[in-house]
Amino acid sequence: MKKQIANWGNYPVMESDEQSFVFLPQLNDMVANGSTFIARGNGRCYGDASLADCTISTLKYDKMLAFDTNKGIFECQSGLTLDQILTVIVPSGWFLPVTPGTKFITIGGAIASDVHGKNHHVDGSISNHIIDMDVELASGEVVTCSPDNDDELFEATCGGMGLTGVIIRAKFRLKKIESSYISQKQIKADNLFELIELFDRYKDYTYSVAWIDCLKKGKHFGRSILMLGEHATLSDLNEAQQTAPLKLPSDKTLVFPFNLPSWALNKLTIKAFNFLYYSKNLKKEINNVVSYQPFFYPLDAVLHWNRMYGKPGFVQYQFVLPLDAKQGLIEILHRIGDAGLGSFLAVLKVFGKQESIISFPKEGYTLALDFPVKQGLFGFLDELDTIVLKHNGRLYLSKDARMKPEMLAAGYPELNKFKSIIKKYNPDGKFRSVQSDRLLLTEK
Amino acid sequence: MQTVLILGATSDIGISIAKKFASCKYNIQLAARDASQVLPLKSDIEIRYGVNCSVFDFDALKFDTHASFFGSLSPQPDITICVFGVMYEEADAFDDWELTRRTIDTNYTGAVSILNIAAKHYLSQKSGTIIGISSVAGDRGRASRMIYGSSKAAFTAYLGGLRNMCFNDGVHVMTVKPGFVYTRMTAHMNPSKLLTSEPDYLADVLYNAFLKKKNVIYIKWFWKYIMLIIKNIPEFQFKKMKL
Repeated sequence: MKKQIANWGNYPVMESDEQSFVFLPQLNDMVANGSTFIARGNGRCYGDASLADCTISTLKYDKMLAFDTNKGIFECQSGLTLDQILTVIVPSGWFLPVTPGTKFITIGGAIASDVHGKNHHVDGSISNHIIDMDVELASGEVVTCSPDNDDELFEATCGGMGLTGVIIRAKFRLKKIESSYISQKQIKADNLFELIELFDRYKDYTYSVAWIDCLKKGKHFGRSILMLGEHATLSDLNEAQQTAPLKLPSDKTLVFPFNLPSWALNKLTIKAFNFLYYSKNLKKEINNVVSYQPFFYPLDAVLHWNRMYGKPGFVQYQFVLPLDAKQGLIEILHRIGDAGLGSFLAVLKVFGKQESIISFPKEGYTLALDFPVKQGLFGFLDELDTIVLKHNGRLYLSKDARMKPEMLAAGYPELNKFKSIIKKYNPDGKFRSVQSDRLLLTEK
Repeated sequence: MQTVLILGATSDIGISIAKKFASCKYNIQLAARDASQVLPLKSDIEIRYGVNCSVFDFDALKFDTHASFFGSLSPQPDITICVFGVMYEEADAFDDWELTRRTIDTNYTGAVSILNIAAKHYLSQKSGTIIGISSVAGDRGRASRMIYGSSKAAFTAYLGGLRNMCFNDGVHVMTVKPGFVYTRMTAHMNPSKLLTSEPDYLADVLYNAFLKKKNVIYIKWFWKYIMLIIKNIPEFQFKKMKL
């Protein structure tokens, strides 16, 4: 069915012929048929990665296949969302090994983006926890790959943006929990230097992430709130919580009802928002026990929050810089503050070590910022790219809608290996997206 | 715990109905032409809802296997829901007798064959429920749905008769008439959004109607009035309309 589709950034928007499948033979027919396409999950990447003239939605291929409640191993079809998985595993005392900031993504999308969470410095990205998965190749063959078996296909599929084939099944390890709550610590940092020191001091915490006010200058440059967390043990809970320690959080959500006009977000309103956000924590440090929902998925409480950025949409810019490139981080934050192009959410996190072919995370600082699409933005982001490259950094493909092929090549030293693996499993560019064409990963 | 038999479990509507009943703590029996296809649905239902789910090979067109199929079900289902059906392009079906016959044999003959067997079982034990998914297309013969519609008209008439026959013996029969539902059957049709419903919505409405022991339901409700109007257009006028 032809329809208008876009990913979470609402940029770009395009018409696509979207098909879906419930049973494997239907997918086999689509792969055997001549047209090129890209697999698409819940459309929660930000840019153009899962956009193409033809897309195949995995959302109806969403069955749970096995759940070993003793060993904590879960197996499902690729279109199942994390949200659905949580409703089943949490009451049994298990949690996702890695989760990004939204639970409305499919497991196939999570692997194709090799998503990371607040625990990357401890647990790595999602690919670290995959036992094995099935990928349907351009030839129609379904290959089971794992870190030990067909490891080349496995590695290139994790973070490979769907270009090796269609991920159709995955089996992965879960994390044992005593409760569905998180023991949370929030610390206000006066400036960026204090924040970096705090990250280091609390690096043993399983979960850590910081929100930064990009618009603050002078001695409060980079003022921020560091959020730390651990899965709460039974003894951390109060009496009421202890009666049902594995209770699922109630799913009360608000819906952002319409696109905000694009003038609504400006330097003034964002400054005001950031002021309120920072000042809501009166004390320097807060310690409390909260449900996993607000800790991991604060924005999921507002459905369609992306409408806040208005009809033109927004791009999220996420880069990682090595640990020794603090200067680059400072430089970029200064540039953003000066440009005043506005970013509501600037999220900083420290990545641990990771070896991979095409996955985004590597040891260092990663910062993610939202920019509403407007005139001058893309030129500005190109300038940021130059700084990122100068400091040996790179960008996240799942957020990207605009980087140039040279930027990708410079940031990912294993790119040629990735390309040769795609060539092997997807020789005629059967699986291709607007992004893969733009970045010359598939030939036009 | 009661058991529900879904005949035609690979259809989008069948999947939604199975999940709905499972979420309300019914054990589920899935019957499909190729039972291995619905194994993922079986595991999904068991993991999500903690009920028992079993799968069975069932071919609506193999009439002589129906009695042994139903007899082999253990336990015997308390509720039998007939979901299967086929719809071909009307022009193709008109051109090709084989397609016409498949439509009639699946939607009518096959359904009657298996539901006669289920009904006899329920009558003998004086309890049970039969739910048949018919269609608004069966409410009046129209050019655009001549063959499919007539097979559903026959099925609707059968369900009405069955309800009448079974009433005094405590067996309930419900007729469900969906308008457009977003399924693989209608994927190429591009129907109006307002008139169309999702399979999950259909399953919710069907389940609530089942609890209330409704006789005939339309999905969505206004289809009842649309069809009332369509049924009441005089034939001399109707035949000139392209519907």
